[in-house]
Amino acid sequence: MTLQPLGIVVGYLLLALGVGLLAYRVGDNDAEDFYLASRTLGTLVLLFTTFATLLSAFTFFGGPNLAYAAGPEWILVMGVMDGILFAVLWYVIGYRQWLIGRAREYVTLGEMLGDRFASPTLRALVAGVSLLWLFPYVMLQQMGAGEALRGLTSGAIPYWGGAALITVFMIAYVMLAGLRGVAWTDTLQGLFMLSVLWVAVVWVVNAAGGVGAATEGMVAANPDFAALGGGIYSPQFIISSAVTIAFGVTMFPQINQRFFVAESKAVIKRTLPLWPVLVLLLFVPAFMLGAWARGLGIQTDVNGNVLPPLLLEYTPAWFGALVIAGAMAAMMSSSDSMLLSGSSYFTRDLYRPLVEEATDRKEAFVGRVGVAIFATLSFVASLFRRQTLLEIGNTAFGGFAQLALPVMVALYWPGTTRRGIYAGVVGSQAFYLLSVFTEAVPSSYLGGWSASVVGMLLGLVLTVGVSLVTSAAVGEDASVYATGAD
Amino acid sequence: MTRSVRDWLWVLVFAILITFSVPWFLWGSASVVAGLPVWLWWHVGWMCVASATFALFARTDWDRMMGADTAGGGEL
Repeated sequence: MTLQPLGIVVGYLLLALGVGLLAYRVGDNDAEDFYLASRTLGTLVLLFTTFATLLSAFTFFGGPNLAYAAGPEWILVMGVMDGILFAVLWYVIGYRQWLIGRAREYVTLGEMLGDRFASPTLRALVAGVSLLWLFPYVMLQQMGAGEALRGLTSGAIPYWGGAALITVFMIAYVMLAGLRGVAWTDTLQGLFMLSVLWVAVVWVVNAAGGVGAATEGMVAANPDFAALGGGIYSPQFIISSAVTIAFGVTMFPQINQRFFVAESKAVIKRTLPLWPVLVLLLFVPAFMLGAWARGLGIQTDVNGNVLPPLLLEYTPAWFGALVIAGAMAAMMSSSDSMLLSGSSYFTRDLYRPLVEEATDRKEAFVGRVGVAIFATLSFVASLFRRQTLLEIGNTAFGGFAQLALPVMVALYWPGTTRRGIYAGVVGSQAFYLLSVFTEAVPSSYLGGWSASVVGMLLGLVLTVGVSLVTSAAVGEDASVYATGAD
Repeated sequence: MTRSVRDWLWVLVFAILITFSVPWFLWGSASVVAGLPVWLWWHVGWMCVASATFALFARTDWDRMMGADTAGGGEL
């Protein structure tokens, strides 16, 4: 009996592999096609691949867990983050990067910055910093997959076995199909996740006697849950979290690279108003489930997750397996994109500048090998390092958020100098790393503002300040980022 | 490149959209309406407002803020 849910998960994995194969047959064999699907994504695929990539193990487990423990305000944090802030940045950073990337044929963020500031070192620095934060995050997804499969099969599949299974499948279809395959499977995974989530909500709410009764139960179990704020949810916490995650997301390689791939301006335009809608459809039901579970007297499982025991209690076993498959989908659609982008950062920004004359075909090959190495290393790391999902997740978002403001300044202000952006990137990263790993730099300021937000401001001040007092170095060319009339 | 009044209006609109995405005036309120906390209803409504605003922006003044092709786009 415990292996039947596994059948559903494996069937699902095979389907994803099939989609990857299909995409492989359509694609070309050069690096731009492998990494960017030759910049041809349409509205639906771009929307869902970005969305599914944004959702990780954290949305499916960490989010409901947080709502269960601290109240449903997490809906607001993630909603504001994704539906408003990220949407605005989608235009402010994303559209501008698309305009520039299309004109200059950039594939990575490091490439775009290195060219503008005539600095291969800056290019390598940005790639290096990105890989530093990306690696633990991929590991986190594999840990989530391992835990989910172990929970689903009541331990028949060990933690390492689940993580290995997911890793092998991802390597297979990412190596085969590149971004087109990833984007297609993401679309499938995104639609799948939304559907199973809503069915789960209908099931649980029915069993609980309706939305009103579920909420009453929640309030009875914890009177603070209906009120906005309270507990960990201070204004500082809400703003710090939303700002850090929204800005961090834009610099995550797999998201940042999606700024380059839209087929046309119309695609980016059409995607913008859809962000808040998708956010509503996903976060409200996912996190309310966690909060309602409190009133239903559900206890978290051994991993501290609330969703699996909730489903076990109120839905048939096969459906629980479908939802776990949905969670796997969330993990895979994040990880596959991260592997691909991580590999492109490595090959284009670190390997290629060092090794002369890598041809396009050869680069695509090296990129594929890079995917396998990256995935294998993070899998090995996932066997040794155990921390709660939330902690690692937040650290990575904060790390990426540090890059956002220096990049934005460079994108919009022709007065930015090479020394300025160096100071902004290095200064904010150093500050944030110290706050995470040492006691010397505090992680909280002035009644609850997080170190990541303080670091972001520091990066902004350093970039602008140092740019003002230095002049452009030889070879710097601000006109690279001109977007038309200005 | 000088910004027109219309540009600044958009900046103001986006600022309002961001500021009230958290209903600060409902801070601490525990009222439940139609089965959900009232602040959650605000969130649902505000997301719809945001979506409509983004759609309007994309349709009318999309390229204005980029300084590219202010005449109305269509080069791609």
